[in-house]
Amino acid sequence: MTAGNLTCKELVELVTEYFEDTLPPADRARFEQHLARCGGCTNYLDQLRRTIDMLGKLTEESIAPQAREELLQIFRDWKKD
Amino acid sequence: MSSRLAARTLYVGCVSHMSTFQQVGKEADPAGIVASAKDLRLVEALRGGDEAAFAALLDAYHTSMLRLAMIFVPDQAVAEEVVQEAWLGVLHGLARFEGRSSLKTWIFRILTNCAKTRGQRESRSVPFSSIWNPEADPGDPAVDPDRFNPADAPKEAHHWVSFPNSWNEIPEERLLSQETRAVIQQAIEALPPSQREVIMLHDVDGWASQEVCNVLGISESNQRVLLHRARSKVRRALERYFDDE
Repeated sequence: MTAGNLTCKELVELVTEYFEDTLPPADRARFEQHLARCGGCTNYLDQLRRTIDMLGKLTEESIAPQAREELLQIFRDWKKD
Repeated sequence: MSSRLAARTLYVGCVSHMSTFQQVGKEADPAGIVASAKDLRLVEALRGGDEAAFAALLDAYHTSMLRLAMIFVPDQAVAEEVVQEAWLGVLHGLARFEGRSSLKTWIFRILTNCAKTRGQRESRSVPFSSIWNPEADPGDPAVDPDRFNPADAPKEAHHWVSFPNSWNEIPEERLLSQETRAVIQQAIEALPPSQREVIMLHDVDGWASQEVCNVLGISESNQRVLLHRARSKVRRALERYFDDE
């Protein structure tokens, strides 16, 4: 990253580090300065926040009933031992 | 041979190859995440033969375990055997679980041990870190370069040509619709396996970064790179979908 102001193209590559809070303080400050005056990057960040939010609401497929029953039987056998 | 017996036979094979469950149980978590009070209560219930407690574990982790096993072994059928083997390993290791890692990390470590052992036997030895070599993979940019002004633009070089749209006006029920979910699912399925696994564990299953690193055996920074690429691609797919309306 250059020492000067951040460009939008640079900012989009730093978003995950920003979210995960792993940017060095100086880079974090530059990131936030850019964000404060850039509507495009504000929208971009917001899109990613929503993307992450939607990912968290996906539900995993549940275990197949047959596999579940087999494993419960394994549990019962184990219990008997 | 019933699949139960098959699992038992495999389990024995698995144990003879992998580090023993005793070692797994005693291994301290590198991130210092230890078992919670809830984990310890659950372990006590399992030791006491509480079937409902075991069923709850199956419901919580089985699908993720199956997906993760698929990285190391050639097909679904083998992955299913590996997961069954791992569950058996969990049951037999319970007596020695000392709570020096979270129960989840411990279970998944048993799973990856079983899956790697089996993968080697099936001549498909793929430790997760070798599936993806960060140096050899420069990756795609998070955003299509055409979305930014060129470097020689008279002003605002590398700034947005046109802003990404705000999604604030999109109603909640649309964001959570079946159709939107399908777009996300497809985008995830199209990812390379390493990116897919990281985004599933971290963002869909809600694991902490350190837990993901521990189970996959990758560094925090590599995990972040994979997560970054995966999220960027899912966002792109969603943007395409919402902009098309």
